[in-house]
Amino acid sequence: MSNEIAILGAGMHPWGKWGKNFTEYGVKAARDALADAGVDWRDVGFVSGAATMRCGYPGYVAGATFAQALGWQGAEVNTSYAACASGSQALAAARAKILSGACDVALVVGADTTPKGFLAPQKGERPDDPDWVRFRLGITNPTYFALYARRRMEIYGDTQDDFALVKVKNAEHGFSNPNARYKKKFSAEDVAASAMVADPLRLMDICATSDGGAALVVSSVGYAKKIGRGDAVKVAAISTVTPSYASGIIEMPDLATDSAAVVEAQSFRAALPKKAYEEAGVAPGDVDVAEVYDLSTALELDWMEDLQLCERGEAAQLVRAGQTRVGGRLPINPSGGLACFGEAVPAQALSQVCELTWQLRGEAGARQVEGAKVGITANQGLFGHGSSVILKR
Amino acid sequence: MSKESAAATSNKPSVAVLDGWFTMDEDKPHLLGSQCNSCGTYYFPKQSNYCKNPSCDGESFNEVPLSRTGKVWSFTNACYQPPEPYIAADPYQPYAIAAVELEKEKMVVLGQVITGVDVDALRAGMQMELVLETLFEDDESRKLTWKWKPLASQ
Ligand SMILES: [Zn+2]
Repeated sequence: MSNEIAILGAGMHPWGKWGKNFTEYGVKAARDALADAGVDWRDVGFVSGAATMRCGYPGYVAGATFAQALGWQGAEVNTSYAACASGSQALAAARAKILSGACDVALVVGADTTPKGFLAPQKGERPDDPDWVRFRLGITNPTYFALYARRRMEIYGDTQDDFALVKVKNAEHGFSNPNARYKKKFSAEDVAASAMVADPLRLMDICATSDGGAALVVSSVGYAKKIGRGDAVKVAAISTVTPSYASGIIEMPDLATDSAAVVEAQSFRAALPKKAYEEAGVAPGDVDVAEVYDLSTALELDWMEDLQLCERGEAAQLVRAGQTRVGGRLPINPSGGLACFGEAVPAQALSQVCELTWQLRGEAGARQVEGAKVGITANQGLFGHGSSVILKR
Repeated sequence: MSKESAAATSNKPSVAVLDGWFTMDEDKPHLLGSQCNSCGTYYFPKQSNYCKNPSCDGESFNEVPLSRTGKVWSFTNACYQPPEPYIAADPYQPYAIAAVELEKEKMVVLGQVITGVDVDALRAGMQMELVLETLFEDDESRKLTWKWKPLASQ
């Protein structure tokens, strides 16, 4: 297909709470990706950074920050901000540049340093700020994930044991991943013994925030062939669609959904992969492996259904049958997912693509999904941002 | 600002924690939303400058009281004290939260559940009604908020 680009290299800085400047993580990931690609830094024509909002001005201009750290060499730069989808948006900017013929090789980088503890809103009386209002009323971030989880229990009969199985499975996957932050094989008993945060979700059902960095070296298919990498993994689709009114699911930071009184209710999560499937010419049944945004254990089940990998309400059955484990029919989050990484916002969507790159090359070691040829990512963040990327080999 | 328990009774005057978000009728309160004069869609909180329906360029709205009963879409609780600007009772009292579907407006509205009703007492589809309860009080007044309460006859 003419709108494909090649992934020549992938690299990551391990996730953790390292307390360093985000630039260090980005540079490490970028150098690893360049080495993996066998591409000289001076041959990169475009640096596409995913912005971080927590690290001051260098974070707002992340593309330039990484380019300067690697050594100014005249490349054009760009910085994307799209909440959790920032990395995918940066990848989309690189793809546009490559497909337009404006450059052959681009470097895409995202990295973040996160503060400790609760992400609290700014101080002062600010009743016009939806975030201020919801915290004033006692509605925190876990509230939303807990509402989705409880809805599954009420409508589909999912149980807290099902959610724990997702955690146990992801912990098993992440155990052998050198870039994962949490490398421990947790049991269902461990999950059940962790503190309840927002019923039905316990501490171990909810992902943490982390430091980390991820990078990709991408090129035109022609350039890949020219350097003998015609068999490289390809980006077959990048979907960054916005929601369609009326959003029928209560979303952070809102206190109410849109009204579906005059327009039919729509699901944003389901819309994201739909566009990606259409663009790639791939059907859900073709997918061998998926990396999805498990901000909570239960949300992984929602994503499986939004990706049309099973019927609505059937995701928990697949988990119970062990089909979503590596070795099962449809492995989900072989990297270990957010459960083992914690969220590093501008790096996270890129880390999903890194993992699928290694999976499709057959380089994922103990967590390798045998014979994986098609992989899909999915994530959703604040303010109508989300993404879904399809890779093919 | 003192941090007194929400359950404490006092003779202080009561004021809305968010001005203009609900009626102060303590018997039968309503949330105050708005309705687009062009397409009829509803908003909560109130929308007053432009309609978000992509097929509508309406810019005038009427304030409307929203339905004060609905069905539980989902529910949870807050086991840990939220950060500021939440003002918690001391000691902290966990509370339940419900997302309630309003039939006429076809929208889901969040709110705390009235003190004393735990998640064990809640189910999807349950009928709820809107009530007012003290969220916190300071030196001058009790700050009221809306809460969801299971309808008595269930
Ligand atoms: Zn309208």
